[in-house]
Amino acid sequence: MDLTFATICEIAEAVKTKKISAKEVVVHFQKRIESLDGKLNAFTSRNENAVKDAEMLDARIARGEDVGALAGVPFGIKEMFCTKGQKTTAGSKILENFVPPYDATAVARLKNAGVVVLGKLNQDEFAMGSSNETSFHGAVRNPWDLDRVPGGSSGGSAAAQSARLVVGTLGTDTGGSIRQPASFCGIVGVKPTYGRVSRYGMVAYASSLDQAGPMVSSVKDAALTLEVISGFDPQDGTTSRKQVPQWSQNLNSNMKGLKVGLVKEYLTAEGLDSDVQKTVENAVNELKKMGAEIVEVSVPLTEYAVPVYYLVAASEASSNLSRYDGVKYGFRAEFKNLSAVDLAEFYSQTRGQGFGAEVKRRIMLGTYCLSSGYYDAYYTKAGQVRRLIMEEYLAAFRQCDVILSPVTTAPAFKIGERISDPLTMYLNDIFTTSTNLAGLPGMSVPFGMSKDGLPIGVQLTAAHFEEQKMLNVASALESVSTVKGKHPHVV
Amino acid sequence: MSYRGYEAVIGIEIHVQLSTKTKMFCADSTSFDAGDNENTSPVSVGMPGTLPVVNSKAIEYSIKTGLALGCDIRKKSIFARKNYFYPDLPKGYQISQYDQPICENGSVTFTVDGKEKTVSITRAHMEEDAGKSTHFGEYTLINYNRSGIPLLEVVSGPDIRSPAEAAEYARTIRQIVRYLDVCDGNLEEGSLRCDCNVSVRKLGDPQFGTRVEIKNINSFRFVEKAIEYEIERQIDEVERGGKIIQETRLWDPDKNRTFSMRSKEDAQDYRYFADPDLLPIIVTDSMIEKFRQELPELPIARAKRFETEHALPAYDASVLTIEKDVADYYEETAKGAGNFKASSNWIMTELMRELNSAGKNIKDSPIKPEQLGRMIALIDKGSISGKIAKTVFQGMWDSGKDPEVIIKEKGLVQISDAAAIEKIVDDVLAANAQVVDDHRSGRKKNLFGFFVGAVMKASKGQANPDMVNKILQEKLK
Amino acid sequence: MIDKKTIEHIAKLARLHVTEDEAQEYSTQLAKALGHFEKISKVNTDGVEPMITPTEIEAYWREDVVKQDFSAEEMTSNAPAKAGNLFQVPPVV
Repeated sequence: MDLTFATICEIAEAVKTKKISAKEVVVHFQKRIESLDGKLNAFTSRNENAVKDAEMLDARIARGEDVGALAGVPFGIKEMFCTKGQKTTAGSKILENFVPPYDATAVARLKNAGVVVLGKLNQDEFAMGSSNETSFHGAVRNPWDLDRVPGGSSGGSAAAQSARLVVGTLGTDTGGSIRQPASFCGIVGVKPTYGRVSRYGMVAYASSLDQAGPMVSSVKDAALTLEVISGFDPQDGTTSRKQVPQWSQNLNSNMKGLKVGLVKEYLTAEGLDSDVQKTVENAVNELKKMGAEIVEVSVPLTEYAVPVYYLVAASEASSNLSRYDGVKYGFRAEFKNLSAVDLAEFYSQTRGQGFGAEVKRRIMLGTYCLSSGYYDAYYTKAGQVRRLIMEEYLAAFRQCDVILSPVTTAPAFKIGERISDPLTMYLNDIFTTSTNLAGLPGMSVPFGMSKDGLPIGVQLTAAHFEEQKMLNVASALESVSTVKGKHPHVV
Repeated sequence: MSYRGYEAVIGIEIHVQLSTKTKMFCADSTSFDAGDNENTSPVSVGMPGTLPVVNSKAIEYSIKTGLALGCDIRKKSIFARKNYFYPDLPKGYQISQYDQPICENGSVTFTVDGKEKTVSITRAHMEEDAGKSTHFGEYTLINYNRSGIPLLEVVSGPDIRSPAEAAEYARTIRQIVRYLDVCDGNLEEGSLRCDCNVSVRKLGDPQFGTRVEIKNINSFRFVEKAIEYEIERQIDEVERGGKIIQETRLWDPDKNRTFSMRSKEDAQDYRYFADPDLLPIIVTDSMIEKFRQELPELPIARAKRFETEHALPAYDASVLTIEKDVADYYEETAKGAGNFKASSNWIMTELMRELNSAGKNIKDSPIKPEQLGRMIALIDKGSISGKIAKTVFQGMWDSGKDPEVIIKEKGLVQISDAAAIEKIVDDVLAANAQVVDDHRSGRKKNLFGFFVGAVMKASKGQANPDMVNKILQEKLK
Repeated sequence: MIDKKTIEHIAKLARLHVTEDEAQEYSTQLAKALGHFEKISKVNTDGVEPMITPTEIEAYWREDVVKQDFSAEEMTSNAPAKAGNLFQVPPVV
């Protein structure tokens, strides 16, 4: 077995049947990280105990224990997730030394299923960014072209997975942070329905939008990983108690009679790159060939998705990030004489020095939106438009099973190209944000290549809790994807 | 009520600390005596990624309190974030309720100086408590044990017109939450906190004056005193031609005055918004009905029942119902005794005296209500005299033993054997032949009492007094 | 442009120290972003209840049972400054 390109399912099976030890797998990928991550900057910290963890798994397997569906699979975890005893910074200076005494539920479930965590993965600071350039740990590079961004905010996850430094990764998605980097790096990224995966222990950016999800190399790996992390959590009152289907076993790529929706408004989106457009067209044609029915649906309010997203996300973030105050954990500004410091100054200096520019910008925006006099025009209004957007999507899903669309307007852009113009960066989130606003499941599956040799994903969206339909279409597309078998040069 | 031609308008906010075992949004203990930060967890310290999960008991207690205060219970209420920075607030926001509180539009009725007074309850909303700061001059230390303990903030309408009404209102709320067993009502420990809003206006003026909020009041006596002081201060200010500033003042119990807190430069902007981590609280009719069924009889209704069904005087009924535990004790005692008034008398005099001097709660009384009830029944049966009963009572208080045991041990059983009493009477009459003669001849009047006393003394108080009377009367004919 | 006074007020509410340069930058950037976002005012939302949680989720309320999984030492181990098991901050009175 070529370990480097093996799937999660293959590795778990091999470890369980003792064809290979978890330790061998872990050591193999540790070596890859060692030799390649210098170029990518995907990892922010490594798990020093990974080999020990693997040995313990091997010992349990030797005793005949069932160690879980992901036995011995090395994972990288986005910095956004709390990991017990291992530094969790959310890509920010303000959490530079924070060591949580608890695991995020999603991480705990991975570990319980036999995953060995190799380390933490870089990201935009507090997941605020689409290029992984706002991280306190420095920019991450795209393995397909080191001068380009891997996307964001889960840029470290996408880069590490695409370069095969790990076998699976966990990301978070608030407005596209799993799907956009997955598309930029040629991997599969799934954002499940809001409420599928517990948010407990996942550093909050925007509570009503955040969801965790797998960023892996195949649709089946995504389905299996999602099964492991999904389901009700008594520590998160916003998780659904719906049963978690066995998506990976129920994958069905028969497209006969399936209705695939194309959003009219997306097809005419401004500034859509021709390679992206062609990729979506090819996907439509392939699905037609497989027997799917293509229907046009309309989501007229989609043009308001980005404004609504930024207003809602920034408002929630401004409150969620208030806990970073230098009192309980994390960074505290230095003062010559603490006893003479005014409390307001204590907070302002700590937060002023601890947060990066983009985070401060969004805290300012959110605070403004929630402040008296502006609240109704921005926060209330955004919440109302948000409901209307969701209703339009629900109406669209009465006409089709899944919606197919671009993930981004263009493939990965150059590092530094857009960082100085926040609004342009925001507007690039046009195809991904409405999924979060409406709480829908969405995913990116690699499908085309650009003229410059960059991977391009297509996005699939389904109705609430209908992940299976979306995964089925993804698996059908995966089988005819032109990205299949291609790997970034650094590998 | 008029103060120098002015009228006081008072509203009170009472923070009721709900006596749940765990916090509002996480499973930390709420015990009062834990070590520094021992009752904390990632949720209550506001660590990254942690989420609030509602305590069902806190909802139950809030609804029950609302029902007892005659409130409407909202079918859908919302937790909102109140955003501000303070070290005792670990998340940088407090989870509270804003425009959709769980309870609204209630009222309470109580009596002040013999007159009935009704005060409206505008709302009662749930929120989490903050941690505790201790100041040391050079620095401040923060303990989050209290952080996240559930509170129900009961807000009255501006219906209160005097310090006495204010104190009685607060006492009534305390009495109700203690009856419901949703709060221990301990003011010193902060389980109940009163903030008073006070303004004054010329009698007959329909406009409210500018109100001042008084905090840091930890007894009902201070509620009265602080408001009294504040009314006078405000009238003085107005009379002097000054203006009342809307501000928060603190009560200083040592100096008997209120003083202004350092005023903030600009008004707070709490940026309330619905907490996206918490779903709306949906309350069904069947839930409300269930909780309503579980409500105990409230003090006013109970006192009325004691008056009508137990034929107790109004005074007894009101004293016995101040505390639910006392009322429960009384009813338990009366059940065993079969005598309402005697039960009331024994509790209000003998038992209360002992409890007070021992500094004990009635729940911790060494005499259990059924024991006291049996003792009273023994009096009524004639097994012991009222006088002996006091000795028996003392024995029960000291030892916790049953009345029968005390009577037996101390040999206090009443002598009701006619032959035995006759024997004692004969002995007494024989020993006092001269007095007997004086009595029979009518030379001296009113000697009957002397004989009764002598017989009782000879029997060490154990002879049945009725029988002694009867036998003496026969023998002295 | 959002005026400097507003920026200062918002920064104060958010407890963010901003330099003169940052204040200048925010006032242009925020104005630009808000100028674009303001287009939502064109949507007719009469009678629409603002959405908070996007999916239908059945409420879950916890039983009132104590769980003590963490020690005071663990909870204060990340503190920038502490005394014993208490968090230390500048004097607040």
